[in-house]
Amino acid sequence: MIAVQFLIILIVPFLFIGLINRTKAVWAGRRGAPLLQPFYDFFKLLRKGEVISKTTTFIFRLSPSLQLAAVFLAALILPLPGGDSLLHFPADFVLFAYALGLARFFMIIAALDTGSSFEGMGASREVTFATIVEPAFFILLGSLVLISGQNSFESIFASIDSSDGFSILVKILCTVSLFIMLLVEGSRVPVDDPNTHLELTMIHEVMALDYSGPDLAFIQYASALKMVLIGTLLANIIIPYSLGAALSLTLYLALLAVIAITIGFIESWMARLRMSHVPQFIFLMTALSLAAFVVVLFFMYGGF
Amino acid sequence: MNWAITKNLQAIQVHDIPRLPLNTFREQLLKACKQGKRLVQFFGDAETDGIVLYTVLADDEHSYLYVASTHLKDRREYPSFTNYLPAFHLFEREIFEQFSITPVGHPWLKPVRKGIAEISKAEIPYPFFSMDGEEVHEVGVGPIHAGIIEPGHFRFACVGEEVHHLEIQLGFQHRGIEKLFLEHQDKQQHLLGLAESIAGDTVIGHSGTYARAVEALSGITVSRRAMIIRTIALELERIGIHLGDLSALATDVAYLTGSAVFGALRTSIINTTLALCGSRFGRGLMTPGGVNFDISEEIQGNIRTIIDDIENRIELAAEVMFASSSVLSRFEKTGVVSFETAQQIGMVGPAARASGLALDVRSDHPFGGYIHFPVHKMTLTSGDVFARAYIRYIEIMQSIRIIREQLAHLPKGELKKELHKLKPHLFVISMAEGWRGEIVHTVITDKDGRLKRYKIKDPSFHNWFGLALAVRGNGISDFPVCNKSFNLSYCGFDL
Repeated sequence: MIAVQFLIILIVPFLFIGLINRTKAVWAGRRGAPLLQPFYDFFKLLRKGEVISKTTTFIFRLSPSLQLAAVFLAALILPLPGGDSLLHFPADFVLFAYALGLARFFMIIAALDTGSSFEGMGASREVTFATIVEPAFFILLGSLVLISGQNSFESIFASIDSSDGFSILVKILCTVSLFIMLLVEGSRVPVDDPNTHLELTMIHEVMALDYSGPDLAFIQYASALKMVLIGTLLANIIIPYSLGAALSLTLYLALLAVIAITIGFIESWMARLRMSHVPQFIFLMTALSLAAFVVVLFFMYGGF
Repeated sequence: MNWAITKNLQAIQVHDIPRLPLNTFREQLLKACKQGKRLVQFFGDAETDGIVLYTVLADDEHSYLYVASTHLKDRREYPSFTNYLPAFHLFEREIFEQFSITPVGHPWLKPVRKGIAEISKAEIPYPFFSMDGEEVHEVGVGPIHAGIIEPGHFRFACVGEEVHHLEIQLGFQHRGIEKLFLEHQDKQQHLLGLAESIAGDTVIGHSGTYARAVEALSGITVSRRAMIIRTIALELERIGIHLGDLSALATDVAYLTGSAVFGALRTSIINTTLALCGSRFGRGLMTPGGVNFDISEEIQGNIRTIIDDIENRIELAAEVMFASSSVLSRFEKTGVVSFETAQQIGMVGPAARASGLALDVRSDHPFGGYIHFPVHKMTLTSGDVFARAYIRYIEIMQSIRIIREQLAHLPKGELKKELHKLKPHLFVISMAEGWRGEIVHTVITDKDGRLKRYKIKDPSFHNWFGLALAVRGNGISDFPVCNKSFNLSYCGFDL
């Protein structure tokens, strides 16, 4: 069962990106690429050759595989709604956060390794935004730990399955906060524009500019998988634990589809933020996470 | 001031242009510009006994053009005007490059198009302006770009994310068009093709300006019908490109709705030009003496249906886009060019009008169909990306009204007339308002009625510098949207 769950998590990213792209295409009046196009692209890239800049070192070549491995590691820790995770131990969520951090770290040093001024700018932007996202994420995890009294993902999700007013409030705050994190980490509008060809405006894409072939496939896949992981985290909070495997799975896939379509609509309807306004948007996530934390503290440890 | 006074498309005798001594020329020029005359053209012409510098100034209010010249004889230098009038800056560099005449005291003397090697045989690197400092970094973009864009090099000096200075190096597409005009002057069809390819997105604008110049030199007037067909084509070109620009502006801020809708509308407009002359960009439509294609009853109906149909759709799409707070937050206060700056550096076209500079050749120096149907000048004041986007929208709506008006008064008449031989010793200034702004072709004929000098000025010539100034103090990630809001031509500049 667990192996099946893990397989699902591995396949979903292709469909997730495919669905975002399809939503945008339909909105723009086009027919759009097949839902499985990212899947075909992935295998097309795997069969291609690579061009590697002579100014780079081994870090550049190592980075994509390490990024993918780190995101895989994070995927092992995260259970599907109503299920168990492959890997669980006390405070495993710290490893989850830092596995994603590790992936980002390798992305950034590989970008710096190319010596390109574009990639340097992208790396600097990525680091700036990551330093705001990370604390917000830990505050959010902290409130989940507090409210559940547990210290690993699997047991946290198993024990926040209550429907009293204040848990619902906390869940709503965490959901919105995680959705913002999904947009930031996934490099989507309004933070970044995955479709642009303008290097000067890119964040995530610019750091992948020098990659081709299998390495590019790894980076694209790792980034899609990362989005799905955050989506899964979100689903774990929303979907009650005790629904039974089949129903949970259905709800989970439906929820991911809703998230993908929502992202598609946001990207159709909204311009991206000015670069200098992006931190304000991420601070919204911090504010929501803090609010969740304060609500938890307030209800658990006494009133005014 | 005893300068020769003329009008747009009114040919004058070359000897009627006063040849002033350099000092008088300089004094009168500076004084006239201080009194509000606008610099239109400043160029050199090689004569057997030295270089002659011509200046064309415009009195836009009264539709007059003032022309004077000075003969440098064996002098290789003159005191630069740029320090007093920044609008001279590129003209002086151009003369420096073309004739090795040094403007003494020029603050920014660099090549315009040919690159450093053509001017100084020593292999020195291009002298970019550079900055030092702890947080200062330079970003070089191009000449090869991502996407389908012409080549040009942009050197940003940034402090963190903020652009402190941008230097634009062009000339990668220099084809020597002005010279080619003289070399191929016996093949009329060839010249037309040349005029059409001065800037690929301003085919009608440039080919029309060329055609009117040679018509003025040979002393013929085209029929009213041909005039109106030309006007309609020029306005279709304006609508088509402006729609494409609105789409591109939306794309640059990742606003998919605007990008898709305006892009689709553009197609229906350029397809109308296709129905008219067989080319979506209007190639082959213009010819000296008239036009090659007629607007038949059927095409008239076609054009009416299309513009009626898209008028409402454009209005709806623009209402939605310009009401979207996320789009406005990107457009407003981005890339501001003040009125004073625009005036000083001589900006033209929609970019100038967005900064409040009321310049429109269609109204200031009317030509062709606009003589009978005056065009109202429209300006905005904020000078930011928003203003440059919004002015495009209101110009599209205006162009639709112009086309409707012109179609309603399409008289009968011959399509083209035979072009006579060009008359000798004439000087003519042909100006037109292309979608990007003021296009100027200045033509001089020699004693045998052959072309002696063909000087072209695309609106991009002035406006590139406007872009460089607009991005100062903005985030470097806002450069693409600033650039798109100007949408300047590389090859129109490079010639």
